[in-house]
Amino acid sequence: MGLTYQSSGKGALREDYLNYNVKGDYVIALAGNPNTGKSTVFNALTGLKQHTGNWPGKTVVQALGNYKHGQKQITLVDLPGTYSLLANSPEEQVARDFICFAEPDATVVVVDATCLERNLNLVLQVLEITHKTIVCLNLMDEARRKKIRIDVPALANQLGVPVIPTAARNGEGLTLLKDTINSVAADKTELTPMRLIYDASLEVAIRELAEELDPLLPPQINRRWIALRLIDGDYTVIDGIRKFLEKKMVKEVFAS
Amino acid sequence: MNTMIGNDTLVSLGVGQRGVVTALATEGIGRRRMLDLGFIPGTIVESVRRSPAGDPTAYFIRGVMIALRSEESSKIFVNPV
Amino acid sequence: MTDSAQFADLTKIVKKASEYGQTQGDGVRDQIVSHIYGEAERLAATVVTCSNQRTDWDRKVDNIITSRLLGYPLMLALLGAVFWVTISGANVPSEMLANFLFGIEEWLSVLFISAGAPDWLHGVVVLGTYRGLAWVVAVMLPPMAIFFPIFTMLEDLGYLPRVAFNLDHAFKRVGAHGKQALTMSMGFGCNAAGVIAARIIDSPRERLIAILTNNFVPCNGRFPALIAISMIFVAGGVFSAYGTLAASAMVVVMVLIGISVTLAVSWLLSKTFLKGEPSSFTLELPPYRKPQIIPVIVRSLFDRTAFVLARAVIVAAPAGALTWVFANIYIGDLSIIGHVAGWLEPFGRAIGLDGVIILAFILGMPANEIVVPIMVMSYLSAGAMFEFDSLLAFRELLLAQNWTLLTALNFMLFSLLHFPCGTTLLTIRKETGSLKWTILAAVIPTVIAILVCFSIAQGVRLFNLL
Ligand SMILES: Nc1nc2c(ncn2[C@@H]2O[C@H](COP(=O)(O)OP(=O)(O)OP(=O)(O)O)[C@@H](O)[C@H]2O)c(=O)[nH]1
Ligand SMILES: [Mg+2]
Repeated sequence: MGLTYQSSGKGALREDYLNYNVKGDYVIALAGNPNTGKSTVFNALTGLKQHTGNWPGKTVVQALGNYKHGQKQITLVDLPGTYSLLANSPEEQVARDFICFAEPDATVVVVDATCLERNLNLVLQVLEITHKTIVCLNLMDEARRKKIRIDVPALANQLGVPVIPTAARNGEGLTLLKDTINSVAADKTELTPMRLIYDASLEVAIRELAEELDPLLPPQINRRWIALRLIDGDYTVIDGIRKFLEKKMVKEVFAS
Repeated sequence: MNTMIGNDTLVSLGVGQRGVVTALATEGIGRRRMLDLGFIPGTIVESVRRSPAGDPTAYFIRGVMIALRSEESSKIFVNPV
Repeated sequence: MTDSAQFADLTKIVKKASEYGQTQGDGVRDQIVSHIYGEAERLAATVVTCSNQRTDWDRKVDNIITSRLLGYPLMLALLGAVFWVTISGANVPSEMLANFLFGIEEWLSVLFISAGAPDWLHGVVVLGTYRGLAWVVAVMLPPMAIFFPIFTMLEDLGYLPRVAFNLDHAFKRVGAHGKQALTMSMGFGCNAAGVIAARIIDSPRERLIAILTNNFVPCNGRFPALIAISMIFVAGGVFSAYGTLAASAMVVVMVLIGISVTLAVSWLLSKTFLKGEPSSFTLELPPYRKPQIIPVIVRSLFDRTAFVLARAVIVAAPAGALTWVFANIYIGDLSIIGHVAGWLEPFGRAIGLDGVIILAFILGMPANEIVVPIMVMSYLSAGAMFEFDSLLAFRELLLAQNWTLLTALNFMLFSLLHFPCGTTLLTIRKETGSLKWTILAAVIPTVIAILVCFSIAQGVRLFNLL
């Protein structure tokens, strides 16, 4: 008998990636460029004491924490900071595989409001993988001090996902962030993520490959993105797929 | 955009000088890293300071300060502006 | 469809993708990255308005901190200042803690004796367990509780990347990575943490170099011993403005020696076991941020206290008990410790130390903070009377054991350079996944420590120095 992905539960790889048995309602990933305040947000939400420090690369060990909000038990995962998700380093691969294959109920991208352009680069890459994304526009206090003004509604509108301004160190904006996480995780927020369109010949190649990949992949995995990764010569993604398929198969065997 | 690729690299930018990236002379993973950091043709880079020993040099690019050794910066071609 | 067929299909698709990719060379990647950045740029331009009139403080500060003239002297001055504040600040609380804790010891002794407890029980519990614990708490806690808030504040400020920026050139020269400066900074807290921090270095070769040399930064557990010995032998065991200054200078010299050895060993490794060219180096210099002074102080006070207390209970207390037992079980007319120390004595002498010190370092393997308590207890063996509560008393004890300036110097050097503690070795094993590197991580420093101490001892004796 072949594989039918419908039968196996969601997040088959979660435990693998987390090394931890998730009991709560939602798993939320915290991604972002290095030094944007991910651990600070993590600490503020979970009450834990992950080390923070003003240098890129402070967090090298993935941390897990729990908190409760609106009757939901939420597991938060503090991923290592990365400039991109194109898998040039082990950390990038960890972050990317988690977002893609561990199927978090939402991915919060913590961005530095004082240099938005660079941070949006990563946001757009996350949006290519998953539409269940929330942008946490952190360091707003610093942005204000530097007289940088950001049109938040316009940004949210363009990105097609919620954008929540915060100053995690002072606790500013965190309630709204928690509300939004619950809402996105419960599929109660309408998301119309911005799509990146590449030039015509690349688009054709992506579409062809995505079609061929279609029967091989479970529905929740983004074919377009996998196709693009393969074209880019990023074969680490195959390990991810392989792990994913094997895990699903094991579940399948046990289920029948 | 029609940029001429001259012989100037980031190394030849004096402190305080700015340039527009024209090309990267690396391949593979090194090239990817530079691209991810934002060293993409058309990007404006400012050479800000040298370490007390003369190398590495810190560049201001796309909103952040990034230090590169001359090995890397000599492979990034720029047109001074 | 069968599973294997599925994998076969996947393989076919991968091949097709790579064929397309190859026709484009680096072009695809370039196109993808510049397209995404382009979109980010466009988006940012539409939503961000910046009234661009910032006086760039960061740059002004960096002009000084990384300047050709002041860059290095400032780093040195800062290091010295941190140690000076730590040493002079720790003095009073250390005495108070010692008085308090050893007051309790007396009281415990009275309690045990009046209850008619057997001598051995009093010995194991009070003179062994409690003493080990009390010593570690009294000597370790105050300097840690001062050093760490300051260090964390510098970290929060954004100073560490500047250190890496200033020092990268030296690391490049020896074939290592500039971010090794960051892993070394973490090593001040705990070498195991420094080893884990080496993950920020991408190149496996350079990461290994950082891991194998992290130990040359005096950690949490060694650094109070360095302070105590400096205070005793450089400052004469009394607190004076001049004394603390001299002791701070001594500790700075030790750290500088540690850095020099790190560079030398890194160089040696890049020429031998870990041959290779320096990999790429990119380091972001974040903006300076105002540290959150109160939370930092509260947090690190709490953290360090918890850390020191936990270590005291887990390691120092049992080590104290064990040492007391070994010091009080006699074979012939010598205790077990006496026998082993006697056997180690010639070796200890040859490197300017003695048998007890060597034994203490070996028994101190599980955790560096117990080296001094073990040493003291062994000197005291058989429960000799000793007022443990002042540096002067400590000085008397060491002098009575024939400690000279040479012993003190070599003790500090050996402490700085010797094998990493058990926790660190386990961490190295985990991070490298290799027994070979773990063994090397223990052997290299030990050989260096012995060589350095031996040369100094022989040199001093030859020329009748010190
Ligand atoms: N002013 C201000 N500072 C913040 C805020 N959030 C975080 N910080 C500071 O920014 C620095 C970096 O924060 P971290 O939480 O360690 O950042 P991170 O994203 O986890 O960094 P990596 O683990 O290195 O990727 C720390 O010094 C924080 O105190 C904020 O909202 N406002
Ligand atoms: Mg972090």
